[in-house]
Amino acid sequence: MFTIVKKRALTSTVTLMEIKAPFVAAKARPGQFVILRAMDDDERVPFAIAKCDREAGTVSIIFRAVGATTEKLAHLNEGEAVQDLVGPLGMVTKTEGVSRACVVAGGVGSAIALPIVEQLKEQGSSVTMIVGFRSREEMILEDEFRAASDRLIPVTDDGSCGGYGSVTVPLKELYESGEKFDLVFTVGPLTMMQKVVETTRPYGFPCTVSMNPIMIDGTGMCGGCRLTLHRDGKDIVSFACVEGPEYNGYEVDFDEAIFRNRMYGKEELHAHEAACNLFKKEVM
Amino acid sequence: MPNLSLTKTPIPKQPVEERIHNFDEVELGYTEELALEEASRCLNCKHPQCVQGCPVNNMIPDFIAQIRENNLDEAYRIISINSGLPAVCGRVCPQERQCESRCVRGIKGEPVAIGRLERYVADRHYSKLNAKPEIAPPNGHKVAVVGSGPAGLTCAGELAKIGYKVTIFEALHVAGGVLVYGIPEFCLPNYVVQREVDNVTSLGVEILTNMVIGKTLTVSDLFERGYEAVYLANGAAWPTFMGIPGENLNGVYSANEYLIRINLMHAYRKEPDTPIMKGGTVAVVGGGNVAIDAARAAVRLGAEKVSIIYRRSEEEIPARREEVKHAREEGIELMMLTNPVELIGYDKDDPKYGFVKSVRCIRMELGEPDERGRRTPIPIPGTEFTMDVDTVIMAIGTVNNPLIKKTTAKLEVNGKGGIVADRITCKTSREGVFAGGDVVTGPATVIAAMGSGRLAARSIDKYVKAKAEGNAEW
Repeated sequence: MFTIVKKRALTSTVTLMEIKAPFVAAKARPGQFVILRAMDDDERVPFAIAKCDREAGTVSIIFRAVGATTEKLAHLNEGEAVQDLVGPLGMVTKTEGVSRACVVAGGVGSAIALPIVEQLKEQGSSVTMIVGFRSREEMILEDEFRAASDRLIPVTDDGSCGGYGSVTVPLKELYESGEKFDLVFTVGPLTMMQKVVETTRPYGFPCTVSMNPIMIDGTGMCGGCRLTLHRDGKDIVSFACVEGPEYNGYEVDFDEAIFRNRMYGKEELHAHEAACNLFKKEVM
Repeated sequence: MPNLSLTKTPIPKQPVEERIHNFDEVELGYTEELALEEASRCLNCKHPQCVQGCPVNNMIPDFIAQIRENNLDEAYRIISINSGLPAVCGRVCPQERQCESRCVRGIKGEPVAIGRLERYVADRHYSKLNAKPEIAPPNGHKVAVVGSGPAGLTCAGELAKIGYKVTIFEALHVAGGVLVYGIPEFCLPNYVVQREVDNVTSLGVEILTNMVIGKTLTVSDLFERGYEAVYLANGAAWPTFMGIPGENLNGVYSANEYLIRINLMHAYRKEPDTPIMKGGTVAVVGGGNVAIDAARAAVRLGAEKVSIIYRRSEEEIPARREEVKHAREEGIELMMLTNPVELIGYDKDDPKYGFVKSVRCIRMELGEPDERGRRTPIPIPGTEFTMDVDTVIMAIGTVNNPLIKKTTAKLEVNGKGGIVADRITCKTSREGVFAGGDVVTGPATVIAAMGSGRLAARSIDKYVKAKAEGNAEW
């Protein structure tokens, strides 16, 4: 069992959970993730490691209660425990030699960007960050992102943070103004990452995407997380749990990845409803 | 007077019409009466060929003789000399290619049902088990075992019995490895595996779940933590695909994923959250035990039609005969000498766009034998046809996982990614690191893995003691 040492509401629907997992905390590096199972009979679900405290032996995850597992997680309190937690899984972000980075993050998935931005900052890279959220209220980690970047450009769907609309609007403005980057890193919803890749493609900057496919074991056994890479005229199948989650964005078949993530849309909705019924909560 | 029946004493089974609606074990096991009847078919040969056919040389006529005397404790003791997992092996060994293939009774009629008798002895033993196993006093040495499948459990158990402090590191959230995530409940119930796991922990073995060696800890970390030897028994479970178009369409699973959802995550029950595609038309590609298991699981999940697509003929099917028979009884169609060439998805304007719609296959014929003596399947031009499907399960084999190789210096691997280790000493290229089971051989049988675990325990014991005396050789 893995004890929840801290639970904090970041917004009305987004929760940060700091969980005691000394083995994982000792090894975790930027870009990696854990898989956890809240209780018996629950799914194994991957979560980005948003923070890692080696001394305290804890890792933090950030999630929105959108499915059955996250709903049940959200109802666990400090002092309670999750059944299983395994990691750190996936490859570590390659930041060596990066001097000017642009990190584009959207939604609750931007959690994984935090350790990456902090790593870049620590190694002396100049970091521009564009973060996109639905509204000011939905924005998470603003202080942390501001502290770890040289420049933070927030955009929201409703313009409540200054920037308006898609993250690709300020991104394109940066490119058009002649800014150069030796790493464009993006994480967030698949459609957003796809747009970031397409916006960046004409400029040719290296573009890394952090994928978030459905997976079970996270060690290369199920192959559920497989995605297609188009490389040198060939299609390559890659298991994101072991070989990812980060990829050269220009190679990823996003259309396929988007479909694959929707495979259980109906079942997930049903399971979430069941979980909400369990907690007598209205389904949003 | 031996029982001269030409056929095996039938084993009670769940009726077909019932069992296709549940995941409970199909074969219910011999009663005492049936076991005695079958045991008396054994002629107790002077030079028993069955023993030679067993990968671990179980003393088969000896334990069967004890069944005839109704001396089951002694029968169990005899099996235990060479086998660590009789309740498992009795159920899942391919006996028709091992012990039973050599039985003289098989020359004219059916061989003695050795597997069923082994299972009978093991099940009876456990049903009245209360005696504590004998354990030597602690010898102060620590050994790490990676993986809790048949090889890992056996090695850990053997070492614990002679006084070692053993820790098993398991990547998943439950112990048992392929016995739990791979083999379905209706062939090998989880309680049988759990009994073996409990057996090992009762010997003092510690099992740490959620520990991915190569990620959570490396092999070097294990030595730093005071383990004097490491046994790598983490299997070969990286699923492969055919490399044909459409394999990443929704509705296409690796057999591993399909069976993990069912066996490990219990997607067949109502309560668990893990989803799985149920019902409709299911095509399973492959001819091994895993393919048969997946097809039979699909039947139980309510599929209307299940077909197994295999590129060779039924004669070459590597799966256990018994399970092929069960599959057929359960209404599964065997499409032999057939191979998929493409998986086709729904059109863009269809609401099911993104999902698999059909599979295009080609008929095959058998050509010349390959280097392993198996006749090579060759496509027959112009015989393509298309069949509609809702789910496709690729059960064409697994290969080695790169995680440990990548993070362990000086560990030699072969061209297929398997760890290079001596078959007898289980020694790898790195001092103190031993390996066995599928991670060395590629996917094989439970009994081969179990046998390797035993050999490894002996070799590790020798190495650790020699090292303590300052004269270890590698």
